[in-house]
Order: sequence, then C-alpha cells, then structure tokens
Amino acid sequence: MKNKAKNVVNYIIFAGITTMVFLTVVIIPFLYGVYLTLTDWNGIEATKKYIGIRNYISILNDSTFLYSFTLTLKYVFFSVLFINLIAFLLAYLLTSGIKGQNVFRIALFTPNLIGGIVLGFIWQFIFNNTLPYIGQKIGLGLISNSWLASPQKAFWALVIVTVWQYSGYMMMIYIAGLVGIPQDIIEASTIDGAGQLTRITKIILPLLAPSFTVSVFLSLQRSFMVYDLNLALTKGGPFRSTELVSMHVYSEAFLSQNYGIGQAKAIILFITVAIITSIQVYLSKKAEVEA
Amino acid sequence: MSKKVYKDYIKFFIVLLISLLYILPFIAVIINSFKTTNDIMANPLSLPTKFSVSNYIKAAEKMTYLRGFLNTLIITFFSIGGIVVFSAMTAYLFVRKKWKLNRLVFSLMIASMIIPFQAIMIPLVKIYGTLNLLNNMWTLIYMYWGFGAAFAVFMYHGFIKGIPYELEEAAYVEGATEFQTFWKVVFPLLKPVTTTIVILDGLWIWNDFLLPSLILISAEKRTLQLSTFYFYGTYTADYGLAMAALILTITPIIIVYLILQKNIINGILKGAIK
Repeated sequence: MKNKAKNVVNYIIFAGITTMVFLTVVIIPFLYGVYLTLTDWNGIEATKKYIGIRNYISILNDSTFLYSFTLTLKYVFFSVLFINLIAFLLAYLLTSGIKGQNVFRIALFTPNLIGGIVLGFIWQFIFNNTLPYIGQKIGLGLISNSWLASPQKAFWALVIVTVWQYSGYMMMIYIAGLVGIPQDIIEASTIDGAGQLTRITKIILPLLAPSFTVSVFLSLQRSFMVYDLNLALTKGGPFRSTELVSMHVYSEAFLSQNYGIGQAKAIILFITVAIITSIQVYLSKKAEVEA
Repeated sequence: MSKKVYKDYIKFFIVLLISLLYILPFIAVIINSFKTTNDIMANPLSLPTKFSVSNYIKAAEKMTYLRGFLNTLIITFFSIGGIVVFSAMTAYLFVRKKWKLNRLVFSLMIASMIIPFQAIMIPLVKIYGTLNLLNNMWTLIYMYWGFGAAFAVFMYHGFIKGIPYELEEAAYVEGATEFQTFWKVVFPLLKPVTTTIVILDGLWIWNDFLLPSLILISAEKRTLQLSTFYFYGTYTADYGLAMAALILTITPIIIVYLILQKNIINGILKGAIK
C-alpha cells in the first residue's frame, strides 16, 4: 500500500505536468472537436443542437470544399514528389565528395530557418515584380505576367515555393541515410563490377528506404497542413482558386462562423492524412531491408 | 582519372546552380530593401543607387520590431524550456517504470502525432476562450508544451532506453532520490537529444504563425511573424519598406544559424534518423 502511494507521487512528479498539458491541449480539444461536428453550433450562441452526421452530409454537397480538397490532394502529390526527387538528388551530389559540400548544405537548408509567412512574401515579390520584369526585358512570355494572377500558374507557384522550402530539409534526411550506408558494401559492389546506375538502383536506394519512409511521411504531413505559405503567397486567390484545405477550414470556422461544419471539414482532413500516411508508412516499411 | 575530375566539375556546377536558386530570392529582397519604392518599380534588379538604411529604421519603428522580437524570444524560451524539462522527466519515468498508466499515456502520445493542428484549433480556441485565457502569452506557452510533448517524449524515450541502469544504481546506493538521480545522472547524458529537440522546436515555435494568430489578439502581444504579417498587409504598396521588414524578421535566426550552423545541421541530422 505504501508502495502504491509512492508510485502515485512519483507519477505526479515526473509525468504529472506533461499528462495534464497533453490532455488539456491535445486530447480533450480533439475529442470535443469530434463532438462539435455533430452539432449545429455557430460559435456565438450558447446552445447547440445535436444534429447527427448532417454536417458531414452537407459537406459532400459543398463544391468549394470539394474543390479545395481535390486541389490539396493535387498540391500534396506534386509537392511530395518533387521535394523528394530534388532532395535525393541534392543529397546524392552532396555526399559524393565534391568541393565545398558543407557550404552548399548550409545554403540549401536556409529556407527552413524562416517561417512560411516571410517565405511567402519573399516569393510574392519575386513572382509579382522580379520575374515579370525579367520576362518583359528578354521577351519571355511565360514569366511576363505575374503567375499569381492566373489560377493555374498560381497553383504551380505554390508548388514551386513548397519544394524550394522543404527540399533542403529532406535533403538532410537523405544525407543522414547515405552517410549511414556501410562503405564496404559499396566497395564490394564496385569490385563485383556494378556500374553507377546499378549501384544506385540495386544497393543505395534499397538501403535508403528508411530515409524515404521518414522523408515522404514528413513532406506529406507538412504539405497537407500548409497554411502560412498559402496565406502569404496567394491568400487563396485569385478568386479562391488556390485555397488549400487548411485555409478553407480556417475561413469556414473563423470567418464564416460555421464552427460545426468547419470542424467536420477538419476531421475529414485528419482522417485523410491518417489514412494516407498509414498506407505510406506501411508500404515503405515493407520495402525496407536490413543492411 | 581525368574522367572522374570532369564528372566532379559537372556535379559541382549542378549543385552551384541549384544553390543559387535557393539563395537568389533572399538576395533580391536584400538589394531592394535599400531602395525606394519608385526605384524598385522601375527596375527590381538594379543595385541601390545610394546606401540608405532609412527603410530599416522606419520599418522597425512601424512594426514595433523590438516588442515583437522580445515577445517571440520569451515565448520560444519558455516553451522550449518547459518541453525539455517535463518531457525528459516523463520519458524517464515511462522507460524505467512499466506501469499500465505509463504505457497508456505513451501510446496516446504516439497516436496523437498524426492529428493535424487544424483538427484541434477550433475547439482549442473555443475552450480557452470560454475560460477567458486567450490573448495571453502564457496560454500560448502552455499550448506549445502540449503540442511539443509527444515528439519530445518519443525522442527522449528512444534515447533513455539505451542508457544502462547501473549508472543510476550507484546514485541510489548513496541515498539519492529518483528526482535527484534523474537530474544529476541521467539528464546530462541526454544532451544530444536535448540539442536536437531545442533546435527543431526552436525553429517551429519561433516561426509559427497560425497558433499565435489564434491566441494573441492585441497588437502589443504579437510575435515577429504576426507583426510581419500585419505590417506587410498594411504597407504592401511601399515595397522598400516591406522588404526591409522581411529582412529584419529573418535576421535574428540567420545570425544564430551562422554562429551555430554546425550544431544545427548535426541536430537536424540526428533528428532525421530517429
């Protein structure tokens, strides 16, 4: 009995604050949020009525949400693809012993030090002023007008800036993986007569699978949740054409005051992220091999 | 031999080209931050005709830069401090004592890591609003403890598992309590993980926008990210001023990066392997 009391005291000393903070900041709001999706709460009135899954059904007919949701999927797909392609390429080049590789690593990582708001504003200036100026001077139609003024091009502007922002970070993950590959395996393959391409596809890529798992997971998560970059670069415009799901949820809840529906949309985002990242982690774990 | 050298040159130039693409946007902003709006409109590529820091002085004043900087510093410092202290102790308890409650809370934490912030923000604002706790820096710090806990406990947990128990036994023999043993014997050994957590959480909290924008309402409580956002919105037409504000916002973190780049890169690399 005395032991049990000691255990309780120990728990409170070591884990009490963490447990309390974690429950009151993450778990309780999350569960309360799930409950809110089943009500018609508008954020102001004290009373809210239980309306079952009606919010979820109304979302299925909400074309702006469906647009924003599909756009986000497209955005996530291209961002994750290009982030990881470029990050791997850079990591490969920067572990091959070229001159000044440390300086390059430091430079390429720079965008990750800075918040999405500032990065968004920097690129807004580039897209609105610098590139059109260059385009008009050299007569290159593609960049003569601001990309942010056209829905199609504004989407790609968003992808470009995202890739620019995160590829340096993911590069670090691949560098960590590449450096961890035992050198004797590479040497053995060279002695066995493997060319550079065989070496990459048959040895390096399979051994690098854990890095891919982590990097794809992180880039998936981050691009699904992007908000500040979206806000600063395009504000969702022109005409809400680049409003990604995170910004859409924000406007629905805090600007349109539809808290129940906004929260239901957030829960749909959660379910989507959970399913996609679980599948991704499951598949890439299966592809991992022991060195 | 010469083929290898030739190949290395090509690699070098590819990397150089890509690195330039990563740096040029910053350089464009720096150059234009010294120019007048008219000069920028006329030619955003030209160098400043005369060196003048007046944009910076005016921007710093209008965006109450010092206030924003101090707010961000306080919030980041206490947030990281809390995350490190509480998460390290929690992870230690979870590794050393296999109680049911410990396993339950730990699994909840791991599971919670896939919840996007957007799925929590609306009820969070509602609950803390009802309790009248919004517009308070300490509420924000408290929330960072909550959002940072899972990852930090997870990182510490993985590392503490590898520390042999014999080290602590010696301390117990000498009559130290578990609390003392943890802080005197175990915590110093956790330095590599602590560094990684400080760097990753530091970058996250310093640069975070959405959470502070929901919690901090009054202008004098704004963080740097918030004041940049509002300032830029107000002075979009005055490019020179706006550019100076952007550079002011990123300067502190770039300075820290230049001083500590080796530690930062190593910390990130370690966090990447997990």
